[in-house]
Amino acid sequence: MKRFFAQTYLWLLLAMLYAPIVIIAIFSFTEAKVLGNWTGFSTKLYTSLFSGGVHHSLLNAIENTLIIAIVAAALSTLLGSVAAIGIHNLRGRKKMVMNALNNIPMLNPDIITGISLFLLFVSLGITQGYTTVILAHVAFCTPYVVLCIMPRLQQMNPDIYEAALDLGATPLQAMRKVIIPEIKPGMISGFILAFTLSIDDFAVTIFTIGTGGLETLSTYIYADARKGGLTPELRPLSTIIFVTVLLLLIIINVRSQRAAKKKEALVK
Amino acid sequence: MGESNFIIELSHISKCYGEKCVLDDVSLYVKKGEFVTILGPSGCGKTTLLKILAGFGVATSGEIKIAGADITDVPPHLRPVNTVFQRYALFPHLNVYDNIAFGLKLKKVKQDEIDARVRKALKMVGMTDYEWRDVNSLSGGQQQRVAIARAIINRPQVLLLDEPLAALDLKMRKDMQMELKDMHKTLGITFVYVTHDQEEALTLSDTIVVMSEGRVQQIGTPTDIYNEPVNSFVADFIGESNILNGEMVRDRVVKFMGREFECVDEGFGENTPVDVVIRPEDVYIMARTDSGMLDGVVQSCIFKGVHYEMTVLTPNGYEIMIQDYNAFEVGQEVSMIVKPSDIHVMHKERVCNTFEGKMVDSTHVEMLGTQFLCNEVADVEVGESVLVEVPFNKVELMDNKEDGQQVGDVRFILYKGDHYHLTVRTADGDNIYVDTTDVWDDGDIVGIRIQADDIVIKKQAK
Repeated sequence: MKRFFAQTYLWLLLAMLYAPIVIIAIFSFTEAKVLGNWTGFSTKLYTSLFSGGVHHSLLNAIENTLIIAIVAAALSTLLGSVAAIGIHNLRGRKKMVMNALNNIPMLNPDIITGISLFLLFVSLGITQGYTTVILAHVAFCTPYVVLCIMPRLQQMNPDIYEAALDLGATPLQAMRKVIIPEIKPGMISGFILAFTLSIDDFAVTIFTIGTGGLETLSTYIYADARKGGLTPELRPLSTIIFVTVLLLLIIINVRSQRAAKKKEALVK
Repeated sequence: MGESNFIIELSHISKCYGEKCVLDDVSLYVKKGEFVTILGPSGCGKTTLLKILAGFGVATSGEIKIAGADITDVPPHLRPVNTVFQRYALFPHLNVYDNIAFGLKLKKVKQDEIDARVRKALKMVGMTDYEWRDVNSLSGGQQQRVAIARAIINRPQVLLLDEPLAALDLKMRKDMQMELKDMHKTLGITFVYVTHDQEEALTLSDTIVVMSEGRVQQIGTPTDIYNEPVNSFVADFIGESNILNGEMVRDRVVKFMGREFECVDEGFGENTPVDVVIRPEDVYIMARTDSGMLDGVVQSCIFKGVHYEMTVLTPNGYEIMIQDYNAFEVGQEVSMIVKPSDIHVMHKERVCNTFEGKMVDSTHVEMLGTQFLCNEVADVEVGESVLVEVPFNKVELMDNKEDGQQVGDVRFILYKGDHYHLTVRTADGDNIYVDTTDVWDDGDIVGIRIQADDIVIKKQAK
């Protein structure tokens, strides 16, 4: 009986969580302008989403979002890797301080990060646009990348760097041939995480995007909703994003599971 | 200086972290092709010394030469040495072949030469046909073989081995010891081997360097080190031994256990306090006769495989350890004989504690980081630096550290037949030497107390 209630509770909870997404996914396959009306199965919204025309600005926003996400993820992976290796090689109090400094931006509310970056860019006189959004995204993604890479460094046999030097590698070669391959899985997870974080960010983006007409997906949807009524094409778009994120999450999980299994095999 | 036939010359190497020195003026000269073992308990500085030789650590002072070239400031990747690490340190993302070929690929050696040399190196360590295996799937012994192959393939002038067998089980360790010795012979490379295992050191080395507390205690061949230890630390660390307090009466006569013995040592002077070392296998034991040098009663007898290990108590209260092929029952009355050449006499490093102190007033002296009451000293100045002497057996140790005037931990225990000689270190790093009949364990935290009557103040010559 206890088991039954536990199961029911779980399913109810999952239903509550996923119902909105499922509903949007279902209604993305119909033509009705208003969400909730089922006017028969159709993939017209999907085709019109990609056919341009009226929705040219939506496509544009998607393009901007992807470019910003890829550039920001790449930059923060680079920065994060260097930072992680640096922090890993610190000792004692310095290491603790650096770790704490890395964690604070993750705990800081996005809205605060957004406002402070906005003020920073204004005071430095940087024109807001692509550059500022990317810089802002790099700023809040990097700590997550560091967090993805640290465990790999901690698992690593600390002698292998010295072993590489001993065999004639310069410090740079040792880094490239030994350390980077060791932390690569962490770097990839970090990149994927940074990518998804960047795609769905709104709070930081809205403050740093400026008034030059640049739109990302999140700011487009926000503006669209304020104009009254959501464009029906957002339904197929949400579905696509959801599926993409789901796939990425599955990839991350499978990867970390494989790493765990490999580690287990090593222990044996 | 011209040509020297040393491949490694370490001169006056010190490594200090602030006040604390892990290595204190270590000098070591190694001949080409020698198998040198640096032996010592953990924390004696042996691994630090090896790291300085490999270039991973920088010495605070001193000079390193390899094959006559000064490499003190040369980074590790340019030194003609290769290292075998204790925890193998193989590259987990590379297979056996790529691990071994790592050094050659960096040197841009031609592919077919790499192939040939990798195969040769694998054959050398008995791992033929393992090229394409994942290193993570290998056993500890196999990983260590790959690590050795990875090092020797570069044909270094010196191979450094940092406790390479410590992580292996006993059987594997014995096999690998023999293989290493063979490898050393075939390769003709100089080996510098670090270990804390005295048996391993005796088995493998041409030369043993015994280290303790950051200093070299003795350098010599295994037989020299075993038969002629220079001090009680070496005698105790290498093999089993009876270490006793004695007094050199005159040349060739030494007094210990309340009796004078003939010995072969000379030049100690008359009535000089010394340490006497007798190996357990050098004491001849027999049923009680009148012709024995010492009498005693067997306290315990343990079968050790080839021999029996017995402890015998003499009437005047000394315990002696004896190894013999014949067993004597517990409680049996026996006699013992020691040949003059088996009595090893060595200088005492010190005969009493000497501390640097400062007078607080005429009845108080500051030393060991605290103040001690002492007997009144005539005409001293406040703040005057003095030397303080305290006999070993006048330092009291107590369980309850709050009862002591200062706190320390027991670092080293030496059994001297009828008492223990302890080294106790205070938090400030001062060593206090204590003679006691109480049993303490290594690492015990103890309270230290010294009575005013036992403190002897010596004024320093101005």
